[in-house]
Amino acid sequence: MDVIKEDQVLDCTGMLCPMPVVKTTKAMKELQSGQILKMIATDPGAPPDMEAWSRQTGNELLRSTTEDGKFVFYLKKK
Amino acid sequence: MSKSDPNAPKRLALIASKGTLDWAYPPFILASAAGAMGWEVGIFFTFYGLTLLKPKLSAAVTPLGNPAMPMKMPFGPEGFQNINWPIPQLVMANVPGFNALATTLMKQTFENKGVATIEELRQMCIDLDVRMIGCQMTMDVFGFKREDFIKECEIGGAATFLEYAADADVQLFI
Repeated sequence: MDVIKEDQVLDCTGMLCPMPVVKTTKAMKELQSGQILKMIATDPGAPPDMEAWSRQTGNELLRSTTEDGKFVFYLKKK
Repeated sequence: MSKSDPNAPKRLALIASKGTLDWAYPPFILASAAGAMGWEVGIFFTFYGLTLLKPKLSAAVTPLGNPAMPMKMPFGPEGFQNINWPIPQLVMANVPGFNALATTLMKQTFENKGVATIEELRQMCIDLDVRMIGCQMTMDVFGFKREDFIKECEIGGAATFLEYAADADVQLFI
């Protein structure tokens, strides 16, 4: 798997719905178009929710994976 | 108008009709999630839901007459926390302070699990430009005044909400 270099990291460990989605939106506002946010979450609802969030907002979900038992998402700002 | 403009964002229209702690969550969770996805969101707060627009929230919960509500402890070993306490309705109805206790326990459980408070969720909705409409008729019935509610909300009636909901993609009554 290619290494993706993120521009910003957002840790949503321990947060439940809808916090990861809301925090991600806030964090994305700080980025420029084309920049990448790495978001870390532990909520099992996060993987399907981030896919839906990506489809609805148009920000691309480059990768959805797990690292050290946590869910990790790489999101590219449109 | 979302229907006439294909590029307009999706719209969510909610009616929040209940003011207890358990039922305060769904409208604020859905509204903040939709707002985070770039949707337009409006919530019509009516009847007991109107109290969710007070500056100081005092939403409580009661297990009395609410048989599906799990009665669990937010502290102690995991096995203890998983016990669903079979408390008779007669006890719930007669022990002074039982509602306050149940409310404290639910708030603590939610905090332990990482759920935001109602205050936090409402502030997020405000930050995400969620439109909040307080019901004028409910104000009149219960004797509330405009200054009893947060400045971020507006006051309107059924027609105000219906006009907004008519152009919504999702409409829910909670």
